[in-house]
Amino acid sequence: MLVEETLKRIQSQNGVQGIIIINSEGIPIKTTLDNASTVQYAGLIHQLVMKARSTVRDIDPQNDLTFLRIRSKKNEIMIAPDKDYFLIVIQNPSD
Amino acid sequence: MPPKRSKSATSSAGSKGKGKGKRIQSPVHETKPGHPDDIFPLVLTSATQKLFGCCSDVDVTGERPYKLLKKDDVIKDFKTRAAVSDFSPVKQIVLDYPDDDLLLVFDRDFIYGQSFYLVLTPEAKERILNVAGSPEPETPQVFEDEAIKTPEPEPWISLGSEQEIEEESVRETREKLLFTYKLSEVRRKFGPPAVFSDSKTAVTGCPSCPDSRFSIKLMLRDFGCRAVPRLHSSNTQTKGKLTSDVSTQYTPREFSNEEKEEILRSESFLNFFEKVTSSMLKALQQETIMNVFVDRWKAMGTTSEDEYLSPEVPKHLMLFKVFTEEKYAKGKKISTFNWHPTLHGVIAVALTEKRTEDSPMFESEDSFIVFYSFSDSSHAQLLLECPGDIFAFEFCPSDPNIIVGGCRNGQVVLWDVSAHSIHLKGTQPGEKAPFNTATFDVDDHKEKNTPVVRYCAASPIENSHKAPITDVQWLPPTFEVTNRGLPVENKYNISTQVVTCSPDCSIMFWDVRVSNVNRSARKQSADQKAPYSFLNTFKHLVDTWRPFYKVSLPMIGTTGKYAPLKFCLEPYICVANHTAGATEAENENAVNSEVIPDFSQLRVPLAETLTPLEDVNTKLFIGTESGEIIYSDWKKVIDNSGSLESVKPLHCFNTHYWLVNTVQRSPFFKDIILTIGNWNFAIWKEGVTGGPIIVSPNSEQWCTVGCWSLTRPAILFIGKEDGSIEVWNLLEKMIEPVRVYAQVSNAKITCIKPWTSSKQNFLAVADELGMLCMFEMPKTLCVPSRNEISNLEKYFVVEEDRLQDRLRRKEQRAKEPKRMDCDKPLKLPVDEEQEYKNYLKLEEQILKGLGLLSATPESHTFSHTHL
Repeated sequence: MLVEETLKRIQSQNGVQGIIIINSEGIPIKTTLDNASTVQYAGLIHQLVMKARSTVRDIDPQNDLTFLRIRSKKNEIMIAPDKDYFLIVIQNPSD
Repeated sequence: MPPKRSKSATSSAGSKGKGKGKRIQSPVHETKPGHPDDIFPLVLTSATQKLFGCCSDVDVTGERPYKLLKKDDVIKDFKTRAAVSDFSPVKQIVLDYPDDDLLLVFDRDFIYGQSFYLVLTPEAKERILNVAGSPEPETPQVFEDEAIKTPEPEPWISLGSEQEIEEESVRETREKLLFTYKLSEVRRKFGPPAVFSDSKTAVTGCPSCPDSRFSIKLMLRDFGCRAVPRLHSSNTQTKGKLTSDVSTQYTPREFSNEEKEEILRSESFLNFFEKVTSSMLKALQQETIMNVFVDRWKAMGTTSEDEYLSPEVPKHLMLFKVFTEEKYAKGKKISTFNWHPTLHGVIAVALTEKRTEDSPMFESEDSFIVFYSFSDSSHAQLLLECPGDIFAFEFCPSDPNIIVGGCRNGQVVLWDVSAHSIHLKGTQPGEKAPFNTATFDVDDHKEKNTPVVRYCAASPIENSHKAPITDVQWLPPTFEVTNRGLPVENKYNISTQVVTCSPDCSIMFWDVRVSNVNRSARKQSADQKAPYSFLNTFKHLVDTWRPFYKVSLPMIGTTGKYAPLKFCLEPYICVANHTAGATEAENENAVNSEVIPDFSQLRVPLAETLTPLEDVNTKLFIGTESGEIIYSDWKKVIDNSGSLESVKPLHCFNTHYWLVNTVQRSPFFKDIILTIGNWNFAIWKEGVTGGPIIVSPNSEQWCTVGCWSLTRPAILFIGKEDGSIEVWNLLEKMIEPVRVYAQVSNAKITCIKPWTSSKQNFLAVADELGMLCMFEMPKTLCVPSRNEISNLEKYFVVEEDRLQDRLRRKEQRAKEPKRMDCDKPLKLPVDEEQEYKNYLKLEEQILKGLGLLSATPESHTFSHTHL
């Protein structure tokens, strides 16, 4: 299926630790991590995306959030939000 | 001036004779008009008083103060006493006195200053006498005199009040009566004992009567009030943060699998995915191209490698890839894994069930060994089916397509993956040909499924170990072992023999070739079709495979056997060429991967035909279940009865306290071995018999697995129970790890294996969650420092010396007290007796002194207790 191989392509990139797809309520749909981490990421990132999105739209109602990248010491979390779903990819940047 | 005055003046003048002559007295008289002029105060002594019979208060009193004195008496007194006489001041007056009687008045109250006064003129006399008789209110002078006197109480005049008093007063009308009663018991009633009993009347209580005072309602009460202001201002301070729940969830919401499938198929999801993928890939690629957030200033500092100081090991391990298999790896733990010896980027992982204590031991479920490739980290490339959980497996060194594994139920299992080797090769990253999304699309579902290889041969249970096999190793292709345990040369230079060990206290040697024994049985099995096996590589072994050589490990010193968990052989390098034909064989076998020897054609050569190799080290380092490290020989000795018997281990040290999980030789030093137990690790040198040359300090967390680094001789990696990895540098410090990578995994680390190639260095870590993480090793952990090997060698030598020294000193110390002990037993009995006698004597003395000593010796003990 298209979804599967695309996920494989994403995963084959260098340093990708895990991929999570969650719906708009924060319930994970597909993941490559273990259950506990998935649920944790899903809950936390969902809240963050909501906040970020509301921030962007408060400043300019015509605007909308397209991509969110959180860079930390150990890795980078990339979130691609949409109306109904979010795609979260955790990557280890090549330093 | 009243006429009396002049009279007195003249009289005084006359009485004194010449008035002017006596100046002294006249001014007295003039200044003191206290008494009239015709009287003269006198002091009469008691003698004079007696003489004249006018003793004060005897003859003359307050009531009768008047005394008539004879003039003649006075004159006589003058003559007798002359100047001494009391009457001397009035002498002249007395002489001139016409009358015979002189009035002397007793002035009791000292009205005129003296106790007596003499009336000087008869007229005054008369007057005074009359005055004394009756009061004369006429002359105010007389009143004056009397006013000075204290008023006398007047007699009481009854006005009738006494009658009232009489009426009111209470008087006893009669005398008080006195009654005397005499009460006494009748005589006969004295004495008997008193009899007490309850009173017949009911208990009379004192009921309270309602006091009317208390029922009075208090209508009015006084109390004080105070006005208090209604408004009261105050302030408090609370913690600044107001915690409020944004959302609360007790269990995470999840979708069931069907729901997930449905969503994945839904159109909205596909649209979303299309949109998002491109941007995500772009972002991911950006990351790999360049790091926009790098701090160039900082980066400049760390790029220079200092040769003198060992470069700092970076704080975080860089994750390269994570391998998890969705279908097969979820919920399982990785027991062990191996890198594929020849194919780059292929790892074989043994997955086992996470079993609890209750689950039955030998439940056969599908367990797999999963092959991963770098290219696809979430799908297995190949699956090897196992009859049970595999705890140890290994690729054959001469033929990487042969894999031997040890099962939980003690069976030894063989696989041949030659048919899929191309497939595996194709999955290597860098190989362009097979990996193409196009081909994947074209091929049908069958290709998508991971190929499953069933095991070719499994040893029958009765021939296998009785406990799970914990370690499996191929013998190196340089030598063989006969069924008597003697190492002999290996003609074909291929590894055909496997050594397994298990906690059932035995080490077994297996041969994968056709054995000479049981030819008949072999024929039978040849007729049978091996069920489900695609390959006939090891058909000859089915049902008949048995170890050709067994070693048991009897304990030193006690009966019983050791339960080995891991062992380590010495890899033997064949030095000399034995036969001329060997060179050809070598050349032939150098291209191992091309030519797969057909094992069914190989036969175990007879032991006699092969030349024994003397210089093979047949000794093993074995780690046991109870934490001992045994150094033992697998060669058996011929004992008295002529049969072979396992020799007792040469050395045994209880270094670790519990399960030994790793015994590994250093890739740089042939004789250095690392053993890891639950709490510590130790480094041994083969040949040093005293014990480990280095022992690490005990750690708090369990050490679950460990390995040497392949590139740096002094680096060790140790995996811990909490999922962290410790990096130890033997040259730097031995008390603690150089670097701890905490939380590499969320669960216990079950296996660590490093891998190097010219370009990359990886460290693969497997954990209990079924995940295999591959980390790229930082340069500092890969590039050895200058002279590391030689430094390490020196260090080991130093440690060895230290150990020897310690042992020597222990021996010395052990010897010395022994010598003393030898002497003492001879002396002691004699001394003791003497001492005891002395003590008895002393005791007697003391007792005598205290007076407690009793005559009989039996009561000796009694006296003890008394004391």
